Amino acid sequence: MPDLLLDVQGLETQFKTPDGIVHAVNGVSFGLKEGETLGLVGESGCGKTVTMMSILRLIASPPGKITAGKAFFLGKDLLQMTPEEIRHVRGGQIAMVFQDPMTSLNPVLTIGFQMEEQLMFHLGMTRKQAVIRSVELLEKVGIPRAKDRLPDYPHQFSGGMRQRVMIAMALSCDPQILIADEPTTALDVTIQAQIIELVKRLRDELGMTIIWITHDLGIIAGLAHRVIVMYGGFIIEEAPVKDLYAHPEHPYTIGLLGSLPRVDEKERHRLYSIEGLPPVLYALPQACPFAPRCKWALDQCWKENPKLELVSTDHRAACWVDTKTGKTRS
Amino acid sequence: MSANNDILLHVENLVMHFPIYRGVIRRQIGAVHAIDGISFDVRRGETLGLVGESGCGKTTTGRTILQLYKPTSGQVYYNGIDLVALKREEMRHMRREMQMIFQDPYASLNPRMTVKDIIAEPLVAHNAASGKEIQERVEQLLELVKMNPSFANRYPHEFSGGQRQRIGVARALALQPSFIVCDEPISALDVSIQAQVINLLEELQERLNLTYLFIAHDLSVVRHISSRVAVMYLGIFVELASRNDLYIKPLHPYTRALLSAVPIPDPVADAQRQRVILEGDVPSPVNPPSGCRFRTRCPIAEAFCAEKTPDFHEIKPGHFVACHFADRFL
Repeated sequence: MPDLLLDVQGLETQFKTPDGIVHAVNGVSFGLKEGETLGLVGESGCGKTVTMMSILRLIASPPGKITAGKAFFLGKDLLQMTPEEIRHVRGGQIAMVFQDPMTSLNPVLTIGFQMEEQLMFHLGMTRKQAVIRSVELLEKVGIPRAKDRLPDYPHQFSGGMRQRVMIAMALSCDPQILIADEPTTALDVTIQAQIIELVKRLRDELGMTIIWITHDLGIIAGLAHRVIVMYGGFIIEEAPVKDLYAHPEHPYTIGLLGSLPRVDEKERHRLYSIEGLPPVLYALPQACPFAPRCKWALDQCWKENPKLELVSTDHRAACWVDTKTGKTRS
Repeated sequence: MSANNDILLHVENLVMHFPIYRGVIRRQIGAVHAIDGISFDVRRGETLGLVGESGCGKTTTGRTILQLYKPTSGQVYYNGIDLVALKREEMRHMRREMQMIFQDPYASLNPRMTVKDIIAEPLVAHNAASGKEIQERVEQLLELVKMNPSFANRYPHEFSGGQRQRIGVARALALQPSFIVCDEPISALDVSIQAQVINLLEELQERLNLTYLFIAHDLSVVRHISSRVAVMYLGIFVELASRNDLYIKPLHPYTRALLSAVPIPDPVADAQRQRVILEGDVPSPVNPPSGCRFRTRCPIAEAFCAEKTPDFHEIKPGHFVACHFADRFL
């Protein structure tokens, strides 16, 4: 499909551990359209971060290994690029913002130096040009007195301000895709709201394409156009955002939404809880990986792992059961 | 202190300052104003939720109530007895009545002790049981928190985060307390596991007639579990009301902003909301702003707010607020 900016096909990533080989990502395929915001949701260990790290070739090898798959970006397979080529894509055409801004900034270098370094490497600017551009960028993300802040070190910024700096750095080369991995998880809610507003504003101004990775279904509801839910290294559901929240199809998504207390909850009710724990896959499952925790599980679910299939327009789910009837899908 | 039978805990003008020392002779150069004069009641059998952003003093409040810190001034009456005035040994005895559940189930369990030893420790320390009795009690407690009693001889690392938190709950229940401070008991857990622990805490409260002080930064969770909710900002209470009053008709501008910043896991409801995005960060508790502490970020602040500190007053029955202009939202 030519209109896809990023086209991931059959991605598989494994990690060698003392306990055996962990199958972290198991045949993940998805597309990303230009200008869209894609939410990638799941609990810790579901493979959402590893998927993105694999695409950007940031998986340490060993122990990690991408064992299969393709990831086309502007017609070129990211997984086949030379290290030099991928280095220019990373931080340039595809930029990233990580969860903890304190550990992703170098504590012994000034903010200015770190921003200028990137502009000089990717865009071939001179130091002077880089300084001017850095100030512009910091102003754009709402850092007051941007010019005076360049000689400051990361610890002189608050958590929210550091995350703004990270976003400014990510935007510095006008990336075509911004990948944000839990960028607000370490922040307080009022600061989180500031950052989300900022990203929305920048998205509208710059027409950015965003992949937002999070465990928080609340953030995604207000931000994404389309949502992918992952479980055990598989995509188990994918739908436009309104459709997913109004008509979740996979029992895991249904459970996850039901287990969230809501700030606008009027009557007190018992939370739906999914018993058991998310799996760690030491072998590819012969059954649905969610079956042990699923209250709808049928015989079929224990025999074969369902594929991700279209259940309604634009809505895909990997489940044998139609949860409305409790029987297998026809 | 009058013996009002409904009130289990009465806190009167509690202040907790942590001194800051500097220099060779360790001269005191200032203090962190962690709690700056808070007064409230906890009613028998209720859950009082305590919310606020990081650094606002909510954890310090919990710990100071349990006399884990010696308060700078103020009183804490438990069943009419002033805990601050108690001698060490008397306080030790009182601790049977009041226990704590901690945030991080990885750090709060000793990795070298078996589950049995962890749960039995309070029983041994208080001479509450001996010999065979201990074994029986531990098994009962594990069943109470819905864990298999045969796990008693295992070590904490063999369990998941949710199971460890259950062990922490069992330990807190060992001495059959009436009052439990739950300090962010679910923030370290995955979404699908959070609901399990919340449901467990609710069931235990009903069965054992427990009173909780539930500290959390997640406003959705607090709304779900609490009967009344207090909002803290920079060491003081800014609002306290029944859960529905506080969430449906918040009167303090900080509460209003805080609530509007919480994402709702529903794209339709989320889009319809009015948002108040606060500017800036929380000021330092070493040198809090004069007058109203929230004025530096408050959307409705006036010059007057810097001069006069608003009283924490009862604006309508059971609804307390510390703002000069709270009646605007009545």
